[in-house]
Amino acid sequence: MSARGLRAQTVEEVRMTLEQGERLLLTFLIPLAGLVLFSEAPIISTGTASRVNFFAPSALCLAILSTAMVNLAIATGFERSWGVLKRLGSTPMRPATLLAAKAAAVLVVELAQVVVLGAVALGLGWRPHAAAAGAVVAAALLASVGFAGLGFLMAGTLRAEATLAVANGLYVLFLGISGIMFPLARLGGFATVSRLLPVTALGNAFHQALGHGSAVSPESWWVLAAWAVAAPCVAAWRFRFSS
Amino acid sequence: MSQQFGEAIVVSDLVVRRRGRTVVDGVNFSARSGEICCLLGPNGAGKTTTIETLEGYLRPDSGNVTVLGLDPVRERAQLALRLGVALQEGGTYPQMSPTRALRLFASYYPSPAEPDELISLLGLSEVAHVPAKRLSGGQRRRLALSLALVGRPRVVLLDEPTAGVDPEGRLAVRAVLERLRSEGVCVLLTTHELEEAERLADRVVLLVAGRVVASGAPEELGGGAEEIRFGAAAGLDLDSLSSRLEAVVTEERTGEYRVARAPEPAAIATLTAWLAERDVVLGELRAGRRRLEEVFLDLITRHEDTEHPA
Repeated sequence: MSARGLRAQTVEEVRMTLEQGERLLLTFLIPLAGLVLFSEAPIISTGTASRVNFFAPSALCLAILSTAMVNLAIATGFERSWGVLKRLGSTPMRPATLLAAKAAAVLVVELAQVVVLGAVALGLGWRPHAAAAGAVVAAALLASVGFAGLGFLMAGTLRAEATLAVANGLYVLFLGISGIMFPLARLGGFATVSRLLPVTALGNAFHQALGHGSAVSPESWWVLAAWAVAAPCVAAWRFRFSS
Repeated sequence: MSQQFGEAIVVSDLVVRRRGRTVVDGVNFSARSGEICCLLGPNGAGKTTTIETLEGYLRPDSGNVTVLGLDPVRERAQLALRLGVALQEGGTYPQMSPTRALRLFASYYPSPAEPDELISLLGLSEVAHVPAKRLSGGQRRRLALSLALVGRPRVVLLDEPTAGVDPEGRLAVRAVLERLRSEGVCVLLTTHELEEAERLADRVVLLVAGRVVASGAPEELGGGAEEIRFGAAAGLDLDSLSSRLEAVVTEERTGEYRVARAPEPAAIATLTAWLAERDVVLGELRAGRRRLEEVFLDLITRHEDTEHPA
């Protein structure tokens, strides 16, 4: 399997995300709408002086969740049910190459999301702390690996329609109880569960690093690292190429 | 393996169980390079299971299969470079047009065929830029076939390549398969359509309930023996006719007769003379080989009778 094959597959994976309306809605429009709406209108109280300084890291976090978990799960789940994964299994492209292409495509789309959301947020007056940029990138990568593990686990074990439902359901759940949009203090008993989620850890890391320029807490690193190891391992163990 | 030189596909004593049921039960056959081999049989006979074992998707529970001398599971990476596959259904990205899918698949192989050439060869030029989900069932089968050929394979495994393909598309598929044969490619395909098999295949393998009940060249399977069949009034004097024709005559069904003799003009003349003497009206007269369909229906019925004696 050549570099040519990896490149062609990556280009197609990116293109399939960007050319379909419902995928664009998920990966770009919803995070963008959240960013603009919550930053401009006093719908949710953030307790901080600048709403955009709170919601810009949140929107980036949401963007990463939508690309690395939801979009990946749905796309892969349907490819499995269409027999595409099975068919690719009899080409010289190895599963590792397909995985690399999907990973590269996730990174390319995430980069595009950062550019678009970042530009809009800066336009809205966002002033991020740049000091902890390395930590932000590391947290984003760790979270992406964990999310992708969850996405592959759904795609490789459930029917495509079930993957669609579960991935969207988790997205809404994560959005609700992660504290990235709604303050955690109101969660009551869910707060403990929430703290162990990768999306909460990513949200905290982004808010700590981009919002305050402070170091990311060890707890966030541990949670992100645990998901980044566990989710792909379980996915690799349970994944079936054909339904 | 040297004694099997020339055999591109070898299936020996293959047994495959799926969900506790024995789907393929001791199958043996082989196919050579430059040969078109048809796997035939009713639904559930084990055709797809056999072909998926050759594709490396399933492992034999016992017995052995090789493709180009390679084990489809253990030596998959090597084999994938020389194997072309069309699954029974699916296997294509619905949002991709034939051109786009072929270019993508071409990138997987070291020296692929030209996508545009395959598109025109399979009569897909008019829909070359239409997403697969908007193609007809027959066009999608032809797209699957073109994707099987893009890596310039030496062995092609096609599960129902002509299902739902219209007559014009079928001609294109047939022409492509014949061209592959002339290039020395081994083509193994499953089909329901005996006429298709009879016209195309160098070798047919008939599977019933996971076993081979007949295999060989279509003309050999026609019984080898040539025959004359005719329809006339029921209850003719078979002894008299047999001795006149110097061949066994049987009344297979009421008013339907079979003469086990090659249909030379003299034999036909003798038959009609015998009928004329008795003033018997000749209903239908057919000479030549038995059609594959008749042979197979016969074999399938006989097999089912032994499986489930009345």
